[in-house]
Amino acid sequence: MSQKNRIAGGQIDRAKTLKFSFDGRSYAGHPGDTLASALLANGVRLMGRSFKYHRPRGALSAGSEEPNALVELRGGARQEPNTRATTVELFDGLLAKSQNRMGSLRFDLLAINDRLSNFLTAGFYYKTFMWPAAFWEKLYEPVIRKAAGLGSLSGKDDPDVYDKGFLHCDLLIIGAGPAGLAAALTAGRAGADVILADEDFSMGGRLNSETFAVGDRSGADWAAQTVAELASLSNVRLMPRTTIIGAFDHGTYGGLERVSDHLHSPDAGKPRQILWRIYAKRALLCAGATERPIAFDNNDRPGVMLGAALRTYANRFGAAADRRVAIFTNNDDGHRTARDLHAKGVRISAVVDVRPDAPLHPDYQVLRGAQVVDTRGRLGLSFIDVRQADGTMRVVECGALGVSGGWNPNVHLTCHQRGLPVWDDAIAAFVPGENLPVGMAVAGAANGVFTTAGALRSGAAGAVAALDLGQTPDLPQTEDAPVNITPFWYVKGCARAWLDQQNDVTVKDVKLSHQEGFRSVEHLKRYTTLGMATDQGKTSNMGGLAIMAELAGKTIPQVGTTIFRPPYTPTAIGAFAGRHRGQGFHPTRLTPSHKWAQEQGAVFVEVGNWMRAQWFPQPGETHWRQSVDREVLATRKSVGVCDVTTLGKIDVQGTDAAAFLNTIYCNGFAKLAVGKVRYGLMLREDGIAMDDGTAARLAEDHFVVTTTTANALPVYRHMEFVHQCLFPDLDVQLISTTEAWAQYAVAGPNSRKLLEKIVDQDISNAAFPFMACANITVCGGLRARLFRISFSGELAYEIAVPTMYGDALIRRIMAEGAEFGVTPYGTEALGVMRIEKGHATGNEINGTTTAQNLGMGRMVSTKKDSIGAVLSRREGLNRADDLRQVGIKPVDPAEKVPAGAHLMNAQGPVDAVHDQGYVTSACYSPNLGHHIALGFLKNGGNRIGEELRLVSPLTGVETRVEIVSPHFIDPEGERLRA
Amino acid sequence: MIIDHPLLGPRDAAEFTYMGDAKLIDRPDPDADTAAQDFHDYAYLRDNPAGWHQELWFHEAGDRSWLVVTRNTLTHEISKVELARDVARSRGRNK
Amino acid sequence: MRYSGLRVIKEALTGHKGWTPAWRDPAPKPQYDIVIIGGGGHGLATAYYLAKQFSQKSVAVLEKGWIGGGNVGRNTTIIRSNYLLDGNEPFYEFSLKLWEGLEQDFNYNAMVSQRGILNLIHSDGQRDAFIRRGNAMILNGADAELLSTAQIKARYPFLNTHDARFPIKGGLAQHRGGTVRHDAVAWGYARGADSRGVDIIQNCEVTDFRIENGTCLGVETTKGFIGAGKVGCAVAGSSSRLMAKADMRLPMESHVLQAFVSEGLKPVLPGVVTFGAGHFYVSQSDKGGLVFGGDIDGYNSYAQRGNLPVVEDVCEGGMAIFPMLGRARLLRMWGGIMDMSMDGSPIIDKTHIDGLYFNGGWCYGGFKATPASGYCFAHLLATDTPHQTATAYRFDRFEKGLMIDEKGVGNQPNLH
Repeated sequence: MSQKNRIAGGQIDRAKTLKFSFDGRSYAGHPGDTLASALLANGVRLMGRSFKYHRPRGALSAGSEEPNALVELRGGARQEPNTRATTVELFDGLLAKSQNRMGSLRFDLLAINDRLSNFLTAGFYYKTFMWPAAFWEKLYEPVIRKAAGLGSLSGKDDPDVYDKGFLHCDLLIIGAGPAGLAAALTAGRAGADVILADEDFSMGGRLNSETFAVGDRSGADWAAQTVAELASLSNVRLMPRTTIIGAFDHGTYGGLERVSDHLHSPDAGKPRQILWRIYAKRALLCAGATERPIAFDNNDRPGVMLGAALRTYANRFGAAADRRVAIFTNNDDGHRTARDLHAKGVRISAVVDVRPDAPLHPDYQVLRGAQVVDTRGRLGLSFIDVRQADGTMRVVECGALGVSGGWNPNVHLTCHQRGLPVWDDAIAAFVPGENLPVGMAVAGAANGVFTTAGALRSGAAGAVAALDLGQTPDLPQTEDAPVNITPFWYVKGCARAWLDQQNDVTVKDVKLSHQEGFRSVEHLKRYTTLGMATDQGKTSNMGGLAIMAELAGKTIPQVGTTIFRPPYTPTAIGAFAGRHRGQGFHPTRLTPSHKWAQEQGAVFVEVGNWMRAQWFPQPGETHWRQSVDREVLATRKSVGVCDVTTLGKIDVQGTDAAAFLNTIYCNGFAKLAVGKVRYGLMLREDGIAMDDGTAARLAEDHFVVTTTTANALPVYRHMEFVHQCLFPDLDVQLISTTEAWAQYAVAGPNSRKLLEKIVDQDISNAAFPFMACANITVCGGLRARLFRISFSGELAYEIAVPTMYGDALIRRIMAEGAEFGVTPYGTEALGVMRIEKGHATGNEINGTTTAQNLGMGRMVSTKKDSIGAVLSRREGLNRADDLRQVGIKPVDPAEKVPAGAHLMNAQGPVDAVHDQGYVTSACYSPNLGHHIALGFLKNGGNRIGEELRLVSPLTGVETRVEIVSPHFIDPEGERLRA
Repeated sequence: MIIDHPLLGPRDAAEFTYMGDAKLIDRPDPDADTAAQDFHDYAYLRDNPAGWHQELWFHEAGDRSWLVVTRNTLTHEISKVELARDVARSRGRNK
Repeated sequence: MRYSGLRVIKEALTGHKGWTPAWRDPAPKPQYDIVIIGGGGHGLATAYYLAKQFSQKSVAVLEKGWIGGGNVGRNTTIIRSNYLLDGNEPFYEFSLKLWEGLEQDFNYNAMVSQRGILNLIHSDGQRDAFIRRGNAMILNGADAELLSTAQIKARYPFLNTHDARFPIKGGLAQHRGGTVRHDAVAWGYARGADSRGVDIIQNCEVTDFRIENGTCLGVETTKGFIGAGKVGCAVAGSSSRLMAKADMRLPMESHVLQAFVSEGLKPVLPGVVTFGAGHFYVSQSDKGGLVFGGDIDGYNSYAQRGNLPVVEDVCEGGMAIFPMLGRARLLRMWGGIMDMSMDGSPIIDKTHIDGLYFNGGWCYGGFKATPASGYCFAHLLATDTPHQTATAYRFDRFEKGLMIDEKGVGNQPNLH
């Protein structure tokens, strides 16, 4: 395929040819091309379809503001919808498809919408599709949804890797056009830590697209030379292909670096993109400006483009959109396009300038005081209709029209912290206001300085000011032409004149919006969808605002702008997620016995970030219940062992440690003897139970507190709050030691016998009774801690050793316990035994229950102050018919009593009003031979023995249950003390 | 956001856990006759200003200091960072 | 003017000349029976039901900016009634029923789309809690269904069921949940209220209350004093600022919640999905954008913008359950101000000042409540008694210990 519109010059490497495919056809381009420039060079103007009317569209721009030329790039799992052809760097083998069409790009069946456009005006859908009501979901909406959307996701997992990184600098320069380069040179030579980021793959900004000289060389050469010098400075980090997407608090910027998007696929070990969090002491925004179009009828045909984009394609890419080009302008910049194209041998059919005093040119006609009022051509531009100054009409033949309506400074990032731009009459555009993000300044075209010389000066001055440098460097001489512009937004009398090309918002829609009272900018945007497309109105918003201002009889600044929000350009969600996906979504915490448990074939379960052994299947066991029942029975019969390291452990030391715990727990701790453990219940200040656990007094001034696994962190944070903020002079120090100690529960009638083989000290019942604790040694001298506490209700201990010995200890316990048939048990068996014993856990201490609800109301001491005591006395928390924790068993032992089911009276209605309570925890008790449960029941303490109904309409359960004591096993606690 | 920790220097706010108004330091006297009302006001009512706000942040991924940060809720500007312990003492809290 | 398909066709054929403003732009009168402060979803809905259901003839809505400019125009558009607690579930189910007939009621297509909401389950404990909740929903007359992973996968084939850090173990679905075109809710209520005589006054900021002898007589505004028999405040996000003018301290903090939308995409998600092991919820709009969100930033803020850590956290949640999302692009992020209350539940109540009524504390769940909130606030304003589904939303519930704490995290607003 020939590159029929390839013209001379440009910064492409003609020595190399790259093959690529668009909609199944093969084309050739060169390194340095974008997909759009290569398509234009190949004579392809039609690149996409619009969102609503499915109008044929080509590239409007040559940059990231592109609304039209969106493609599905790549295929398979790497398919990337809505990719702007104007920013895609061409690579060999590139694959692109047009999108949002039914049929082919040339014959899109949904183009019927364009014929119906008069019915599909702004907001039409709010006024219809209401009858019959059920048809919305069944008929109307599915049709609309199918037609809507743009490109498609593949549905496959994104195969690429994304990284996150952090950078710090003295000065972040955003944009590497003339202002940014001058700033970087100034700051870099002064030795500051500089980051220069630019969204383009080639730094230089407009210098790469212009023909005028900078100093003694072309602008592009000066840019290249400057970049080379900057690259030689170790204090300057050049970041091409990096978009600064947002300005966040305190000088934090988000930057997206496209590491591999210009490659066929990422190199081995390389991410696709990196999201940088950049901490900048100062930032200089040199983001340039974006040209804006003029609205006139049918101004959206492929070939109608921004004037400066035509210049970019010709000068930078050596591509002409067509061999015959017309220009429509209201300012001098349009003439620059005409001159450059003419010099490249492109025929200028006409320059249509709305200004009666427009400059003339000897080689082509300039139509002064004229306007383009319409265009023709089915899938691409072939003629324009021009109304001349004298009112006569004229048809001009051209395949491309460069429209130049003036330039809008890219103020986007200056508004990310709710700053408002201000209007500048001289350039008829908004420029950054006073209220900039802290540490940010603006230079160059982004600040409304539109000449190259001015940009260089303001960039250098910006760096000098930001870094408090002494002087500006010498800057080269260059273009310094004044801006001559007559604001002109739309051709009067036009109707289907596009403002937002992607969303198909026309001048007529803005008028309708005004007519119907949607007159604030936000209403205009939301009612018409103006500026809500993937370009966020970069080329369309100003026109809409100007027309609304005119209709409302206001000035443009009175109408104002909508809010600029991050990201500056759309950013892959994968980049924000980085490596936090799949197994890497959250960190995985492993217990000290994990490796050993793996060897045993344990089944693991996620408990927060922890992985815990859930059960240990033995050969022949085909159902988890078989394993769990065996573990429970074996533990209660002889001895079992379970890793309980995940429970929070907090070391509390100091002369006021006891006083501190007395405040933390609702029950008393002041008088706990050294060598003793006490169960403690902690309330939040609002009187609701927060967590429970034990506190062991290892010395007069030393306690070890345990928390539930889930609350290890919140409890620690709470305790530090109480200490640092409420009682700062208490002599107490806290440290979380959850990871420092490996801890195992050894439970069952033979647990003492087993531990006696390991522990070096006397742990007989007399020497080490129930609720004893001590610093001990094991295995002939290893320091350890032993607590005689029981979650299972059996004679039991928890033994702790420094984490590094955790693996050795579990192996030793198993070896020494072999004679007792020691059985490892997992979290399921742990749960069964604690339900059998009636111990509360997170299901019961669920953040809404009180000590009273838990049957521990009397624990809340009235003799002392403790956190939560005062508010726990509120009437609503002390009602006679309060929920109380009860035990529940099925009347028919074969029935289940599932958790989440609700309790209803034996007779009467089953509904929310008659709800009596609910089941919190349930299991099969292998010791009792039937299912059991814990739950909360209104006035439950007085209803033991009552028969109720347990209902779970969600899961189809309704069964009769009996309310019993929550202590199913050993209610007197004899086993504990054995 | 960046919090200039009085002991550790500037740290990303993501290292911290937020709790709320620093008036939570001013826990009422549980023995006062008005304790029930005092604790209700303390636990539940907030000035919630649009502007400068003294608030409690916990350096959870750091040195576990509770800090009192003076921050503007309209702009997020931070004007002062103190150790909560010092603030508590200055407000008369001790044991 | 009544909207209909026929009307659209007629106007299309006659040059769209007949469309009139959706609401008038009246100057404020000196006195109204009822003045509502706040032209957001709740305020406009209140005015609508006052006029329509409670036959109030003299009602004004005062809006400091443009109507619908607050959280009703900045949310993730989800509706549902999948609550657990007695104080909440009947109210939200009432709201969902109002949504179901809303468009025909106010003659505006707000695109109420009952495409279903799905809460994913990742642990046994979570399943127990969701079963309890699903049962509470059914016992309150709402719908709920417990789905297996296979059932979920059939509807959402792109879910990560092969490599998830927290495997999906099922889900709780409410098929009547879904999404609504948020702006259209404000506009539909505004149009409906306006056509029933309510004055909607934009760019009219209330600067103070006029309170004499414990009675509120009206409000001072940027358009002068406006007298009122009763004043109802519905200014979510700004509640504390407004009520401070009446010397009230509220049980709430203002926090920023960010929300996100992707570029338009062909349909991939039929309904709303919420991730149960992280902070992430997502649906796809009729226009094709993936609308998603997560947790609040967590610090007091009136800035209506957030920071990167939460943006990243939300996207991590998205990638965790839908790994295809990596190649979709985030188009826009924004922030709204949430009244985060002390128990995560709202307040619809009289104040201690006669004639001054309050509606707020919606945390980040106010959008779905819009119809019932408006209805119940109108009920309170018109009859001085709470609507039967809103009796628990009282100021004094904290004094009495009757908190309505769905999450069970207590008096720390940023945890709700």
